[in-house]
Amino acid sequence: MEFSLKNEQQQLLSKMATNDGHGENSPYFDGWKAYDSDPYHPTRNPNGVIQMGLAENQLCFDLIEEWVLNNPEASICTAEGANKFMEVAIYQDYHGLPEFRNAVARFMEKVRGDRVKFDPNRIVMSGGATGAHETLAFCLADPEDAFLVPTPYYPGFDRDLRWRTGMQLLPIVCHSSNDFKVTKESMEAAYQKAQEANIRVKGFLLNNPSNPLGTVLDRETLIDIVTFINDKNIHLICDEIYSATVFSQPEFISISEIIEHDVQCNRDLIHLVYSLSKDLGFPGFRVGILYSYNDAVVSCARKMSSFGLVSTQTQHLIASMLSDEAFMDKIISTSSERLAARHGLFTRGLAQVGIGTLKSSAGLYFWMDLRRLLRESTFEAEMELWRIIIHEVKLNVSPGLSFHCSEPGWFRVCFANMDDESVRVALRRIHKFVLVQGKATEPTTPKSRCGSSKLQLSLSFRRLDERVMGSHMMSPHSPMASPLVRAT
Amino acid sequence: MKLLSRKATCNSHGQDSSYFLGWQEYEKNPYDEVRNPTGIIQMGLAESQLSFDLLESWLAENPDASGFTRNGESIFRELALFQDYHGLPAFKKALAEFMEEIRGNKVTFDPRNLVLTAGATSANETLAFCIAEPGEAFLLPTPYYPGFDRDLKWRTGVEIVPIQCTGSNGFRITESALEDAYQLARKQNLRVKGVLVTNPSNPLGTALSRRELNLLVSFISAKNIHLISDEIYSGTVFSSPSFVSVMEVLLERNLANTQVWNRVHLVYSLSKDLGLPGFRVGAIYSNDNTVVAAATKMSSFGLVSSQTQYLLSAMLADKKFTKHYIFENQVRLQKRHAMLVRGLKNAGISCLDSNAGLFCWVDMRHLLTSKSFDAEMELWKKIVYQVGLNISPGSSCHCAEPGWFRVCFANMLEETLDLAMQRIKDFVVSTATKSSNTGRSHHLSSKYSARKSLSKWVFRLSFHHDSENER
Repeated sequence: MEFSLKNEQQQLLSKMATNDGHGENSPYFDGWKAYDSDPYHPTRNPNGVIQMGLAENQLCFDLIEEWVLNNPEASICTAEGANKFMEVAIYQDYHGLPEFRNAVARFMEKVRGDRVKFDPNRIVMSGGATGAHETLAFCLADPEDAFLVPTPYYPGFDRDLRWRTGMQLLPIVCHSSNDFKVTKESMEAAYQKAQEANIRVKGFLLNNPSNPLGTVLDRETLIDIVTFINDKNIHLICDEIYSATVFSQPEFISISEIIEHDVQCNRDLIHLVYSLSKDLGFPGFRVGILYSYNDAVVSCARKMSSFGLVSTQTQHLIASMLSDEAFMDKIISTSSERLAARHGLFTRGLAQVGIGTLKSSAGLYFWMDLRRLLRESTFEAEMELWRIIIHEVKLNVSPGLSFHCSEPGWFRVCFANMDDESVRVALRRIHKFVLVQGKATEPTTPKSRCGSSKLQLSLSFRRLDERVMGSHMMSPHSPMASPLVRAT
Repeated sequence: MKLLSRKATCNSHGQDSSYFLGWQEYEKNPYDEVRNPTGIIQMGLAESQLSFDLLESWLAENPDASGFTRNGESIFRELALFQDYHGLPAFKKALAEFMEEIRGNKVTFDPRNLVLTAGATSANETLAFCIAEPGEAFLLPTPYYPGFDRDLKWRTGVEIVPIQCTGSNGFRITESALEDAYQLARKQNLRVKGVLVTNPSNPLGTALSRRELNLLVSFISAKNIHLISDEIYSGTVFSSPSFVSVMEVLLERNLANTQVWNRVHLVYSLSKDLGLPGFRVGAIYSNDNTVVAAATKMSSFGLVSSQTQYLLSAMLADKKFTKHYIFENQVRLQKRHAMLVRGLKNAGISCLDSNAGLFCWVDMRHLLTSKSFDAEMELWKKIVYQVGLNISPGSSCHCAEPGWFRVCFANMLEETLDLAMQRIKDFVVSTATKSSNTGRSHHLSSKYSARKSLSKWVFRLSFHHDSENER
C-alpha cells in the first residue's frame, strides 16, 4: 500500500496529537478570538470587546496583595524567607510539603463551616483541577468507559476527562422547567441509555456549586445522587472548585457532609476535586487538589501526581497564607460580600430591561435567559444571537450550546473578572442593545419581533465576522491568547 | 465490576522496583550527623546541593524577583491570574538563552518552540502521548533512568524496547545494538516510533560522543522515526569532552529544516542543572509545529506555576549570574566526582570513566558472589542494610549485566561523602578478610559487618522490612 507523503507525515505523530480531542477548534472560541483581537480598555480602547466569558475572581486582590507585602517570609526568596530556600527548592516528594497539605485541608474545612473534617493524608496535588480530573479519569476508568454528567456543564470537562484517557462523557439532561435540577428520573434515564448502548458507566461527575449555573445543589438532590451512585456501585466525582464563592442563600452543602451526616454509602466511591483558582483567584499558581476517600485511589493518584506537582515555592506561599486563619476568614467573608454586590448589580440591571437570570447563590457568573431574543428556538438562532452580542454589543459571553445545554437561548456571563467601571459599561451596552432590538419590555409582556432592525444587525454581523475569522494571532494587548487556558 | 481502572491496579508506575525500595528504607532510617549518625546515607538521589549559596546570594541581591514586584510595584495580581499555557514570554526567552549558553551558543533556540511542562517527568510523558499510539514502542539504550518506565509507558500504553549496551565498550551505543533492538521490536510486533536517549546519560554520567550522535541521526533518518534527547544533565558536564547536543550534530550535517530536523525533540528541566527539583520546571523543545501545538495544549495538565516562572525569568535573564553559576557549579561537581572516584579506588572499586551528571556508574562486579542479578540484589541489600548506603542497583536501570551500581555524589555534605567512602572501605575489607579466612557462605552476620553500631541498624531495618510498603 502506498501512502502519500502527507499521510506518512501524519502517521508519524499519534492520533491524539493530530485530532480535535483538545476541543479548541469549536466555534465557542470565536468569542475569545474576538476579545483577544479587540480587548476593551477604558481609555485605550473604550469600544473594545468586554471579556465576560472568563470565570476569574479578581475581587479580593487588594487584600491579598496587602497580606503578601506584610508577610515577606511567605516567599522563600525574600530576606525573611530565604533561610527556607534550599529546603523548599529541593523538596520534590509527591506527598507535598506537610504544612501545605495541612493548610489546604484546614481551609477546606473552614469553607464548609467546620461541619466536616478533612485528612491531610488524603490530599493529593495535581496540575490544577484540570490535572485532577484527568488523573481521576485515569484511575477510575478504562478507555471507552463513561462518566455521567448533568448538563449544562463546563466545556473543559470534554478535554480533561476524555482527550488522553479515551473515556466518554454521557449527559444527564437537565431542563429549565425545574431550574436545571438533577432528578432521579433523569439520572436513571441516562444510566439506562448507556446500558442499552453497551457502554459501561464507571462514574458520575458533579460540579457543585455548578458551572455554568451558579446554583448549589440542595440536600435532597445530593442525597438522591449519593444513593444513586451507591446503588449502581459507580464513583462520584464532585468538583467543588467554587465552594467558597457562595454569596447568598441557599448555603453550600458539600458531598463530604452528605456522606458524613445524611446517608450511608460505600466511601470508596467518593472523590473530591478542588483548586485555588476560583475561590482565591490564583489560576496562575496551578494549585489543584484531589481528595479521595478511597485509599487505593489516593495511592495511585499520588503516583500520577508526579506529572503535575505544585511548585514547592507556591506550596510554601499557600501554606503560609492559608494557615493565617484570621486572614482567610476575612477573605472568605469579603469575597462573598463583593460577589453578592456584583451579582446583584448585574442581575438587577438586566431585570430592568426584562432580561431574566437563573436564581443563583454562587459562582463567578450567572446564567442569563435570552430565549425571548432568539429568532426561533434553535441552536442556530442562539449562535446568530451570540455572534451579534460579540460583534455588535461587544461582550464576550458564553453560549449555552458550548456547555451542552439542551435548550437554546441561555448564556453564561462572568462578572468577577473586571472592575466596576467595566461593569457599568457592560450594562449600558446591554440596555442599549435590548432597546435597539425593540425588546425592552417587562418580562411578562409578550414581545413582537422587529424585522428591520434584525436585518440591520445581520448585515453588520457578516462584515465583522470576516474580520474576526482572520485573526488567529496573539493580541498585543492580552497576554492570554489561548482560550482553553482559562477555565471557562 | 472492577472498581478501578487497569492503570490504577497494574504495576507500570514502576514504583515497586528496587530503585524506589531503597528510598523507602532510607526514609525509615535517614542518616543525620547529629541525630542519627548510623543511619542510611542517601546516595540514590540524583540531586545537586552544591551550589545553593550562589542562588541564595542572587536572591538577596534581587528583591524584585523574590517578592512579586517589578520595579518595586506589586505584580502579584498579574502573576496570580496568568495561566496562559504559552508560558510567560520573558521566562521562555530566558530559558531558551540559558539552554543556548549551556551549549556554548553553538545552537539557537526559538522560544516559540519551547513548551513548558511540570518537570521533565511530564515532558517525557507528553512527548510519548504526541508521538506514539498505545502499543507502539520507543527504543532506549540500557542502562536507563528507572522513571522512564512510568513516564513513557504507564498512562500512555506505549512500550519500551531496550538497546542493549554493555561494559565491554563502556556502554556506548553501537550500530548493531540499535539494529538488534529494532528487530527485537519487530519480532514482538511492536511498531517503533522513536528512540529516546538521555544525554548526558543517567545512570552512566557520560556525554554521548559525536560518533554515537551521528549514528543515532542516521538511524532515525533511515527508519523514519523520532529521536527524543533528554538533555536534563547538559549543564553538569564538568570535564572534557564538552557537551555536544544532537541539535549541533543536525546543524553540522546540514539537516536544518529537513524532515529529520522535525523529528528530533529535546527534553530539558531545571531540576539538575540549577538544583531546583521542587519548582517543577520542565520543557520540550521541538522543531515540529504540530508537536509544539499538541504538547502546548497537553501542558494544561501540568503548567509551571507563574510565581516560579517569574522568579526564574529574572534569574536566568541575569547573564552574568548564569555564566558564573554554570562554571562554578561544574567546578564543584568535578571536585566531588574526583572525591568519589578516589574513595572508591581506595576500596578497590572502579567506576566507568565519566565527565557529567551527579553520580558515577560503579563497577562492583568483583564483589558479586556469582555473575547473576540475584547476586547483585544480595550485594545491594548488604550495602543498604549493613553498610548503610542507599545506592541504585543496575538491574533497576535495566542494565544488561549484573554488578553495576549508580552512586550519587552531589546531594550531601563533603563530610558525609567521606563517611560513605569509609563505610565502603570497611565493608570491602571485611568481606575480603572474611572470605579469605573462612570461606563461609555469602551471608554475612552482623557480627562481621563494620564497627560502630551496625547491628542496631540491621535489627531495626529487618523489623521494618516486613511491614507494608507505604509511600
